[in-house]
Amino acid sequence: MIRDRILTNAESAVAAEVDASLFVQAEFDASAGERGGYSDYSYWRSTMRGFLRNRVALGFLVLLGTLLLFTFIQPMLPGQKSPTLIHNDPATGMQFRNVPPGREFWFGTNTIGQDLWSRIWGGTRTSLLIGLIVGAVEMIIGISFGAIWGYVRRLDGVITEIYNVLNNIPTTIVLMLLAYILRPSFKTMVIAMCATGWLGLARFVRNQIVIIRDREYNLASRCLGTPSRRIIVKNLLPYLVSVIMLQTALSIPGTIGWEVFLTYIGLGLPVSIPSLGNLVNEGRQIMMSPELRYQLLFPTVILSMITISFYVLGNAFSDASDPRNHV
Amino acid sequence: MAALSGRRAMLKYSIKRLLQSLVTLLIVVTAVFLLMRLLPIEGYFGDGFDKLSESQREAVLQKMGLLDPWYVQLGTFYKGLARGDLGVSSIYRKDVPVLEVIAPRVPYSVRFGLAAITLALVAGLAMGVSMAKHKGKGLDKLWTGYVVFVNAVPLAVYLLFIQLYGTSLFNLPLLFDKYMPSSWILPALSMSLGSIAGYAMWMRRYMVDELNKDYIKLARAKGLSQSTIMVRHVMRNAYVPMAQYLPASILMTISGSIYIESLYSIPGMGGLLVDVIQRQDNPMVQALVLIFSSVGIVGLFLGDLLMALFDPRIKLSKSGVSR
Repeated sequence: MIRDRILTNAESAVAAEVDASLFVQAEFDASAGERGGYSDYSYWRSTMRGFLRNRVALGFLVLLGTLLLFTFIQPMLPGQKSPTLIHNDPATGMQFRNVPPGREFWFGTNTIGQDLWSRIWGGTRTSLLIGLIVGAVEMIIGISFGAIWGYVRRLDGVITEIYNVLNNIPTTIVLMLLAYILRPSFKTMVIAMCATGWLGLARFVRNQIVIIRDREYNLASRCLGTPSRRIIVKNLLPYLVSVIMLQTALSIPGTIGWEVFLTYIGLGLPVSIPSLGNLVNEGRQIMMSPELRYQLLFPTVILSMITISFYVLGNAFSDASDPRNHV
Repeated sequence: MAALSGRRAMLKYSIKRLLQSLVTLLIVVTAVFLLMRLLPIEGYFGDGFDKLSESQREAVLQKMGLLDPWYVQLGTFYKGLARGDLGVSSIYRKDVPVLEVIAPRVPYSVRFGLAAITLALVAGLAMGVSMAKHKGKGLDKLWTGYVVFVNAVPLAVYLLFIQLYGTSLFNLPLLFDKYMPSSWILPALSMSLGSIAGYAMWMRRYMVDELNKDYIKLARAKGLSQSTIMVRHVMRNAYVPMAQYLPASILMTISGSIYIESLYSIPGMGGLLVDVIQRQDNPMVQALVLIFSSVGIVGLFLGDLLMALFDPRIKLSKSGVSR
């Protein structure tokens, strides 16, 4: 009883002295922030430093950069052939079938006389295009879905149940079913792969957001009146960059792999469009004769170089961009 | 007391997870059926489509119930499912019940799947242990290279080369032959390669984490030998990473089996699915897609139960996203 009265007295005494304006939230002021403890830490600079330190990744970056650049400028170079043109021998009028690699056809020709060298680069263009479109769409759907899933507590239960249903069905089956129903085409391929790929990214984004949204530093930031936009950009996003980049980088080799798989079961792109899947499939059909095996070997070597580069680079960049690895 | 409530929580979790699987199954069955209705009706005739007159086509469709409104069709489909009737094949083996076509193929798929999962478990854990033991040295780097390769290069590509060069290098048969035991080796190995990499990574991470813990340092300080520490302390909990990767491994084996069975002409369900897709036999595709999704759902259910049973760190009260 007495204690209560003393407390009340003390409170009223304090209230009389304290100026109410001290409890108004302050506007964010960068110079005031620097007064506390200024550091010249920059997220992207630290990321770059970490990435450049990784020699293996740098090697792969050069390899992938060269491959990508070459893929897109190849048709503009002089002396390149069309990837779909069937070459005929002018002397006999017959097709140049299965010509081994040589001066005229650098990687030889295929069973109907098309130039394998230009087909490989044309195919890489097609497959990369699918990969990039699918990667971008997955990124947009995955991040938006994951962010809503992680942020809006009321939706958490519902979306988790939806996720459990979708995640229970083997991806292969969904892909095959969609490609089967929609009939093979470029659009089908993109739709089928977009429909399955975003799920993993959404889960990673959601988990990351759930982990960090209630951390003390975010709570402190909110209490200090930091605007939400600033909290998202400066406090949350750096933790997400790593996960997003890794998933997107891995989705490109994944897409290329699915394309090869769907082509094998007859649900790939039409044979008239050169793609890595079609090239591997054409090579597979004649792989039993050793002298024609180059038609399988060349596309698969290029394909593997691309997918391995994306995989290694994705992992290296993910390590470098993870703020926990920044000193 | 604690053990009792633990058991009750386990039971509660199992029932909840079972219900969840059943609901998933129902949703998948319905979705697949409705999606299949979107297909053009030609898929139910095969080569005979052009030979039939308009009225004959109508009659066939009528007999198959394809002219009813979709909800009537769905009801008929559910009733059929309850009786274990998945319809009849329309092209692959005309008018033979789908289940009759599939039944003789089940044993092959099951045997190959089990062989692959077992092989992956044994080889993957062994690889993970050897990676952790030689951390940062040659063997670790070699196996890491393997893991990167398997994850980065599409399965559809490297499995071709395994078939191509594996058969000639080790003098193994190119295609599956049920009377030749050696023809089992390459397909089973191919099916397990991806899972081996997965198990190895989980096991390596687990071992490296565990070896840095205080109780291991204490054991070492006490003067216990390295092998005693490994056997008595570290390996005792090794079933944790094992259980954690099991669901993913099951899904991976299902996916791989579709490609591999077709590649080696194994008379299993995966090869059949590729066949009926190429020949556009809608009822067969529908039945096989349903079977594979159900196997996936059941596999994940069992995997999650095992994980909950084995891993003491999983808090069952906070179930939901356990993976």
